[in-house]
Amino acid sequence: MKQVSNRKLGRNILTLSLIFILTLSTSIFAQDGDPEKGKSLFNSNCAACHKLDKKMTGPALRNIEQKLADEQGLDREWLAAWIRNSSALIKAGDTYANKIYDEYGGAAMTAFPQLSDEDISHILAYTAQEPEVPAQVAGTEATGAAAGSESGVSNKIILGALALLFALLAMALVLVRRTLNRFAEAKGVNLEQTKRTPIWKAFVQNQFLVLVTAIILLLASGYYLYGYMMQIGVDQGYQPVQPIHFSHKIHAGDNGIDCKFCHSSARVSKTSGIPSLNVCMNCHKSIYEVAESTATEEYSKEFYDGEIKKLYDAVGWSDEDQSYTGESQPVKWIRIHNLPDFAYFNHSQHVTVAGLECQTCHGPVETMEIMYQYSPLTMGWCVECHRTTNVKIEDNAYYTKIHEELSKKYGVEKLTAAQMGGLECGKCHY
Amino acid sequence: MSSNKKYWKSVEELNENSSIVETLQQNEFVKEIPTDEFLGDKNSLESSKTTRRDFLKYVGFSTAAASLAACEGPVIKSIPYVVQPEEIVPGVANYYATTIANGFDFASVLVKTREGRPIKIENNTMATTNGGANARVNASVLDLYDSMRMQGPVKGDTYVSWEDLNAEVTNKLTALTGSGKQIVLLTQTFASPSTTKLIAEFKQKYGNVNHVVYDAISESAALDAYQAKYNERGLANYDFSKADTIVSIGADFLSDWQGGGFDSGYAAGRVPTNGKMSRHIQFESNMSLTGANADKRVPLTPSQQKLALAKLYSEVVGGSVSVDLPEHISIAISNAASQLKKAGSNAVVVTGIQDVNAQTVVLEINEYLNSKAFDPATPIKTRQGNDKAVNTLIADMKAGKVGAIIMSGVNPLYTLPNAADFAEGLAQTELSVTFSMKADETSTQTQYIAAAPHYLESWGDVELKKGHFALMQPTIRPLFDTKQFQDALLNWTGNTMSYHDYIKQTWNENILGGSSFSQALHDGIFVSNGNVTTSSETSAASNDDKTFVGGIIEDVAQGLGLKNDDDAQTEQTISAPAVSGGQAARALASSVSSEGFELTLYPKVGMGDGQQANNPWLQEFPDPITRTSWDNYLTISRADAEALGLKNEHVADGALNGSYANVTVNGTTLENVPVMIQPGQAKGSVGLAFGYGRRIGLKSEMKTGVNAYVLYQDFNNVQNVSVTAASGMHEFASVQLHNTLMGRGDIIKETTLEIFNTKDKSVWNAVPVVSLNHVETPVSSPEVDLWDEFDRSIGHHFNLSIDLNACTGCGACVIACHAENNVPVVGKEEVRKSRDMHWLRIDRYYSSEESFEGDNEKKENISGLGSSLSEFGEMEHASENPQVAFQPVMCQHCNHAPCETVCPVAATSHGRQGQNHMAYNRCVGTRYCANNCPYKVRRFNWFLYSQNDEFDYHMNDDLGRMVLNPDVVVRSRGVMEKCSMCIQKTQKTILDAKRDGREIKDGEFQTACSAACSNGAMVFGDINDKESKVAKLLEDKRMYHLLEHVGTKPNVQYHTKVRNTTEA
Repeated sequence: MKQVSNRKLGRNILTLSLIFILTLSTSIFAQDGDPEKGKSLFNSNCAACHKLDKKMTGPALRNIEQKLADEQGLDREWLAAWIRNSSALIKAGDTYANKIYDEYGGAAMTAFPQLSDEDISHILAYTAQEPEVPAQVAGTEATGAAAGSESGVSNKIILGALALLFALLAMALVLVRRTLNRFAEAKGVNLEQTKRTPIWKAFVQNQFLVLVTAIILLLASGYYLYGYMMQIGVDQGYQPVQPIHFSHKIHAGDNGIDCKFCHSSARVSKTSGIPSLNVCMNCHKSIYEVAESTATEEYSKEFYDGEIKKLYDAVGWSDEDQSYTGESQPVKWIRIHNLPDFAYFNHSQHVTVAGLECQTCHGPVETMEIMYQYSPLTMGWCVECHRTTNVKIEDNAYYTKIHEELSKKYGVEKLTAAQMGGLECGKCHY
Repeated sequence: MSSNKKYWKSVEELNENSSIVETLQQNEFVKEIPTDEFLGDKNSLESSKTTRRDFLKYVGFSTAAASLAACEGPVIKSIPYVVQPEEIVPGVANYYATTIANGFDFASVLVKTREGRPIKIENNTMATTNGGANARVNASVLDLYDSMRMQGPVKGDTYVSWEDLNAEVTNKLTALTGSGKQIVLLTQTFASPSTTKLIAEFKQKYGNVNHVVYDAISESAALDAYQAKYNERGLANYDFSKADTIVSIGADFLSDWQGGGFDSGYAAGRVPTNGKMSRHIQFESNMSLTGANADKRVPLTPSQQKLALAKLYSEVVGGSVSVDLPEHISIAISNAASQLKKAGSNAVVVTGIQDVNAQTVVLEINEYLNSKAFDPATPIKTRQGNDKAVNTLIADMKAGKVGAIIMSGVNPLYTLPNAADFAEGLAQTELSVTFSMKADETSTQTQYIAAAPHYLESWGDVELKKGHFALMQPTIRPLFDTKQFQDALLNWTGNTMSYHDYIKQTWNENILGGSSFSQALHDGIFVSNGNVTTSSETSAASNDDKTFVGGIIEDVAQGLGLKNDDDAQTEQTISAPAVSGGQAARALASSVSSEGFELTLYPKVGMGDGQQANNPWLQEFPDPITRTSWDNYLTISRADAEALGLKNEHVADGALNGSYANVTVNGTTLENVPVMIQPGQAKGSVGLAFGYGRRIGLKSEMKTGVNAYVLYQDFNNVQNVSVTAASGMHEFASVQLHNTLMGRGDIIKETTLEIFNTKDKSVWNAVPVVSLNHVETPVSSPEVDLWDEFDRSIGHHFNLSIDLNACTGCGACVIACHAENNVPVVGKEEVRKSRDMHWLRIDRYYSSEESFEGDNEKKENISGLGSSLSEFGEMEHASENPQVAFQPVMCQHCNHAPCETVCPVAATSHGRQGQNHMAYNRCVGTRYCANNCPYKVRRFNWFLYSQNDEFDYHMNDDLGRMVLNPDVVVRSRGVMEKCSMCIQKTQKTILDAKRDGREIKDGEFQTACSAACSNGAMVFGDINDKESKVAKLLEDKRMYHLLEHVGTKPNVQYHTKVRNTTEA
């Protein structure tokens, strides 16, 4: 594991340095303003509606200053006026302002009066940058992959060497025996060939051994049969292929999105809820592709982008027109965690009241490229936790009185869920 | 035992020439079983290569393969919303306030929805205008998911689009405008200000429009009487909580009398507080729910009721009416009159006699008494039907004067006695449209069936009482391509508004007076402070109907011989504001004529007017009085039944059978009506319930009973009938066969108000004692206990309290329990085998003597085996006029539960919170627990009741299963189930409190039954919260536990029934 994380770190450093070099090289061409500052300003103020190379809620902004000057003959002053208060410009009857306003469906751009001239020049410097060359990033990717394969090769070599060693040893033994035999023959020693009963016959004749073996066999098969039976209906590790390849690793892991941001009903409801597609679109309206760095060996950028397209198809979002078509197609996810009907489980009880981490039951979801069932979800597993987990009673007026009385009764300071009655049948079965 | 009786098994056997009988004597089956066809073909058998051994191999292999395949878990899909509505969180219920107004039931309710599906009806505690939700209203949510509903508008046999239907209807209506023919709107009572306004606009557009309001079960007489007196069409309102003395003559006001909803007020006055409770005297023919609750009940025939009322009037108000009544009734009336006079303004009189004179007399008495419970100022608006207008309409239709008829919310071809006349008239109309949820008796006979939505899918408004307005809002998007009547009317009048906007406009203009519409919608009810524009319909109707009312008054006058047929005087009578009570009383007394039996038609608590006949919950709901489900029947007194040779008998498996009878009114005969011998039925009278006998638009299992509307001639619920025995026996599905208490006072404890007030608790509510070392020790003492007591002092400890005084037996809790806990419907055959699944039953006990006390005395005085045999035998029969007691029984959640110790797999165990848990997945179905339960509240799943064609009720179709509560599991075959004390609800309450980090307040804990009980008879809560209502009830001196001597220590408390038997 350590190896792997080191490798990743190395790759990240490589990527970062590459970006750094690239930015340095382009900054030479910037007229005024700092594109680095511009980038952060752009991301915090503009990125919700604008992309550099793609039309979104608003137009694509690459080289916007140059374009405006070339095509419309408008200068930076006009642009600043537009950015600070576009509606005033529209009201004032500016022709191009009105044209843009109509083109984007009569949605006025948010006014940014707080942006100084300097800020604007930073942003414009950023928009004037040449696009990054993706090929080089792909190069770093390749080297990373090569590094990864090395350790696999060394393992194989060690194993092969070991096998060779054992083969040589075996051969030596055979040779020794043969030589010894030859010696004996030469010396005339008679090697007595005693006629012994074959081992299997001897075994059959020894009734005690037969009995013991039979018992051991029975016990063993009983043990394995029990093991087999007990895992019927237990779907631990169940990892179905979903209609859309949704990676929890990218969302919860790499981007650190809180579980309950999407699974919001886990806080208040018995079900954690599969997020509706409009929740996805809160972010994916502007995230129409993954970053180059997101792609892995196994899943390419094209693959991930294709999955985002699947979301757009389902929710009926036209990326070209930046609008909903109204034709939606619900996604039929395959449910992974299936509790039987007769078991009642409430997420809010565990998430909000007990304050448990989702990972306690669902495992390291932030590392799962494909979601799977981490826990066995058997009653024994539930009960085990109820026996050992203390109830979170702090700052909850509901528990104050009960806790006081119960802790006196049991003579303990902390109470487990079981002591609160969490093992009673009717608490989960009704 | 030698006898020459001829025994026969079927009528066919009496037919001497029947060949079937002959065949049957030789053979078990009439038709030969075609075994030869199968086995006789030797050639094909021999040529087959499959040997017996091969066959067995195949069977073995396929069984093994199937069971191996079953080990694989199924792939379950989860489909989230594309765009999740803001207000919906999966797994969390939303509640909406709305109003049911189906023409028979009007109530403000709260609808529980889960993921956008309505799954349960609850009481809207903010809106107390019209009582609580009764059993039918509770069950109405299942009607929404009725698989027999119309899925779209239909013309003839084909589905059409709404555009086409609207265009065709509008064309036709426009064409009819000038033709001189009427356009008729025949509707239920909407009591809706917006609809009234809309109909007025419709009238304006098409002219010659006649709006006829038709109530299937008419309250016309009471409406006419009220209108004549107060000049407004409505029904006087009563608040029984303000009455100390209640005298009812034939009014079943605890069920559906004058729209119902009076039971909560009544129950409030029935609980003895400070040694006082109301006294209720009931004079009636059928044993009604109201009569069963009365302190004193006098059975008398309907004609005697009229005389009794006339006599009551003369004794209370004055004037002389000579009536001829049996002595005991005379005395009872005199007693009642003196009590009324004594109580003065704290007394109230009501009557259910469908006679304008009778209703007038009652209004007069209440005015005279200046009764506080009587409230003529805010009349009830939920009945507006007009019998005369309906009759005129039928005559007009037959005469070809009606060009178009548009019906909504009515089913006249089922509910009219002269349905044939209506059908004849219907055939002569040029356009007929029915707004209906079903292809029922009427809608199938009209040109268009305009598929109507359920009330949970509709907008609407209702004026429940004058100035009390309720709003109806959709709680689900329409399941099918339906449109409500009002939306269609808007379209036909060329209005592009939606009905929702129309209501909003009407409310803002006429009703709200500046208040917020959204707030009214949220509350479900709006009570105006008087500045309301009166609905035009009501005032218009009152002008139209003036002559009609005058006519009645005139009839009365003529009947009395006060008036000649003189025009001038007629006018005078018409202009008179009200008829005098004295005249009416005299008219009443002289109007009596009876011959043969007198039949009283009544709506059953479970079925009402019959529009919910396809609702399996209601079909399986046992009638509170007869405890019979899936049927209606002719109730008759034991003496009359014996005279007519009618029998009720129990067959070998304990089920009840009853004879058939033919009932004839004026030449119309209803054949093969099952007979139920009803203790308390007045001699010379019989009863029959409406609402059954429907045959069109129902699943075949629901086609039960006989149609009593056939006998409902002239909209009179009392008819002179002749009853004759018919051959054959009917199989009833009764859930309680043991009718009487037999002196077992420990099941239902009861006492009189006098004893309750004067004697010590040990006299009337003694704790049973057992002998410990020859010392009598109360069973509640821990020393005599076999069990070690758990410590339940920490956390919650739930108790359910049931007050037998406040419980009227209405059964709303039974249906609420069905809805909350996914209790399956098992069908008539299974109920008959005592396999009903009701988790909550309401036992009804009769006394075998005149009173329960008489029973006790009789039991105490039994000495010796001989006398015990004969006297216990006698006690099995209820007396002629028995006292009645209701007792809801569900799992008692015993702290020392006998069921828990006998379970071999520990499937049932006890929780610290007092609930007796049942883990269905652990149960292996030994049924030991049911055998060991002293209360017999455990129910066994003999079959799989969901997704099983053998049980074709709501759980067998996708639509019907939508009503299931997702928080409660649907039990499978071979599993024992029982009341869980709604553990899903208590757990939810606890969780909500934990999440909010607060303590739980009293009243937050509720079970389905306690929440459904608008009478306050059921109270649920935590007895470890010493301030809670239920903890205080536990200390109440009326409290006792069921079968306390068994020592089970139940967590359900009962409160001794107290009867106010004090004769003034």
